[in-house]
Amino acid sequence: MAEYTFFNALRAALDEEMARDARVFVLGEDVGHYGGSYKVTKDLYKKYGELRLLDTPICENSFTGLAIGAAMTGLRPVIEGMNMGFLLLAFNQIANNAGMLRYTSGGNFKIPLVVRGPGGVGRNLGAEHSQRLEAYFQNVPGIKMVACSTPYNAKGLLKSAIRDDNPVIFFEHVLLYNLKENLPEEEYLLPLDKAEIVRRGKDVTIVTYSRMRYHVLKALETLLPKGYDPEVIDLISLKPLDMDTIGASLQKTHRLIIVEEDMRCGGIGAEIIASINDRFFDELDAPIVRLAAKDVPTPYNTRLENLTIPQPADIVAAVEELLGGS
Amino acid sequence: MVQAVATPSDLSKSEALLLYEDMVLGRTFEDKCAEMYYRGKMFGFVHLYNGQEAVSTGVIKALRPDDYVCSTYRDHVHALSKGIPARAVMAELFGKVTGCSKGRGGSMHLFSAEHNFLGGFAFVAEGIPVAAGAAFQTKYRREVLGENADQVTACFFGDGATNNGQFFETLNMAALWKLPIIFVVENNNWAIGMAHPRAAADTRIHKKAAVFGMPGQEVDGMDVLAVRQATQEAIARARSGEGPTLLECMTYRFRGHSLADPDELRSPQEKEYWFARDPIKLLQVKILEWGLATQAELEAIDRKIQLVVEDAVQFADESLEPDPKDLYLYQFAEDE
Ligand SMILES: Cc1ncc(C[n+]2csc(CCOP(=O)(O)OP(=O)(O)O)c2C)c(N)n1
Ligand SMILES: [Mg+2]
Repeated sequence: MAEYTFFNALRAALDEEMARDARVFVLGEDVGHYGGSYKVTKDLYKKYGELRLLDTPICENSFTGLAIGAAMTGLRPVIEGMNMGFLLLAFNQIANNAGMLRYTSGGNFKIPLVVRGPGGVGRNLGAEHSQRLEAYFQNVPGIKMVACSTPYNAKGLLKSAIRDDNPVIFFEHVLLYNLKENLPEEEYLLPLDKAEIVRRGKDVTIVTYSRMRYHVLKALETLLPKGYDPEVIDLISLKPLDMDTIGASLQKTHRLIIVEEDMRCGGIGAEIIASINDRFFDELDAPIVRLAAKDVPTPYNTRLENLTIPQPADIVAAVEELLGGS
Repeated sequence: MVQAVATPSDLSKSEALLLYEDMVLGRTFEDKCAEMYYRGKMFGFVHLYNGQEAVSTGVIKALRPDDYVCSTYRDHVHALSKGIPARAVMAELFGKVTGCSKGRGGSMHLFSAEHNFLGGFAFVAEGIPVAAGAAFQTKYRREVLGENADQVTACFFGDGATNNGQFFETLNMAALWKLPIIFVVENNNWAIGMAHPRAAADTRIHKKAAVFGMPGQEVDGMDVLAVRQATQEAIARARSGEGPTLLECMTYRFRGHSLADPDELRSPQEKEYWFARDPIKLLQVKILEWGLATQAELEAIDRKIQLVVEDAVQFADESLEPDPKDLYLYQFAEDE
């Protein structure tokens, strides 16, 4: 075991996969000489050269299209979105070409592409740099979406994403890059489509992902001494949703709280609720509680910013209200 | 403007007839599409290529089979020139499972990995960066993977697309990294109902290459030999690692924008001017003038192509539709 920061865990995943397969290359703004805005690709260009750590001009839609063309013809590109929000400019290439081209081509072309980068609400970054794109992208057919949350899962998931033959949108969170964890020396891969059970429990299921996992864990510090016993699930896979794992948990707890950092309207939580309605409605003993970001642009002011996303105290209150005093 | 310098001495009979046959195939195929559309055999938006054949033939027939071609929604004839069988293209337009995109794509989404035909892109300009990606791949194979790769990518798009950011962004990257790509602008002066001078501050598209340090040429897009010659020069540059070229081929579409377009804005005088420059007739005249073939030989080609297209229709008609149980098939790589 050796200790890794989150960004170094991602860097190690890239390094291992680039060493393993010469068709893998990274492209994006400042991924080469500069080493990435969060240092995920630091110094990799010295090892792999400038074509494999391709510093692109600032033209998100076109360099994404270029990556798609390279993927169609046999390379395995990894795009770094300097900030995931910038990928709004690449929406057409991601939706139309990464997402749909394999299907519209009747299987003529595969698109082994990873689009990764930092997203989420950071600290006072303002509305445009605080976006959560997962809700926009969940509507795109033909893509997979993964949100990593620990150095351990970040490394194993990124390696799997790079080996996957489909386009994978890989969400990291701006506030998690400096987390530290001991990682195994030996190679490991993690499945892209499985949720992670963070804590087993029996009286309520809390489903979350990305940084909100830590808000939930913070809330447990208050809830556990009071005798509550929640089961905590980190979704990991945002598309497809691992409804089997969620459903199995509901069969035990019959209650669900969703804690998400994306906006309430049309968010991942909304999709989970609709899917439960389809498959597990009879398991519910109470209405599903949804703690999501407020439907406003993320404000700059710290107090207002904190108000827009769920806080640990909100989670504590939601559990207490749903289960009553214990 | 590039005018062909070809004389009978540097154009062999077989080459001349190959160009002629490919153009006739394009024209005959498209006329048949119009007929089939009105008979209810094909659906949706269908954009025909009549009038522009010299561009497809002049460029693609100068390429090697392992070179890449990237097209737009006006893609039937590029696909045919690239060697995708007429049967597979017609069946796709009929929505059949034997189509080149298995009936999932349709007129604007033709693909063939086997023929290095990258699509079929239905949104204006979105194929331009994708084509650059294929060209980047060739460079990468040569410089990183140490392979003997020297394929060239030909990327087709219209005058309307050259006002889109992806055009400029991709020209920049292609010139910056010296990608082996040829940007082929088919300037037919119209983007649906938007006349080119009403959309572009500077109408001279070939001039726009220069700001990226890239050669740009205006080419007579009704003269297949001029297109071929300009393409050969661009191919030589691309293969030897000297980077991209932009060819602005001046051409005209003889029909409306799509089969749904009433085509009310283009003046009769403008149309007459261009009809008189029909690229197939121009080549025909030269072939006869230079004694490369007889009228009877050309007519034999016309008849042969007629049969090819009839056969394609019959094949498409008799082919099966996709099985409803396969609705989700091809969405993900692991589906197959
Ligand atoms: C992104 C996008 N915007 C608008 C359209 C609708 N549209 C289809 S073709 C076209 C005109 C394109 O003209 P040009 O690039 O000159 O090509 P041409 O049709 O003349 O071959 C337009 C506006 C589209 N398909 N994609
Ligand atoms: Mg046009």
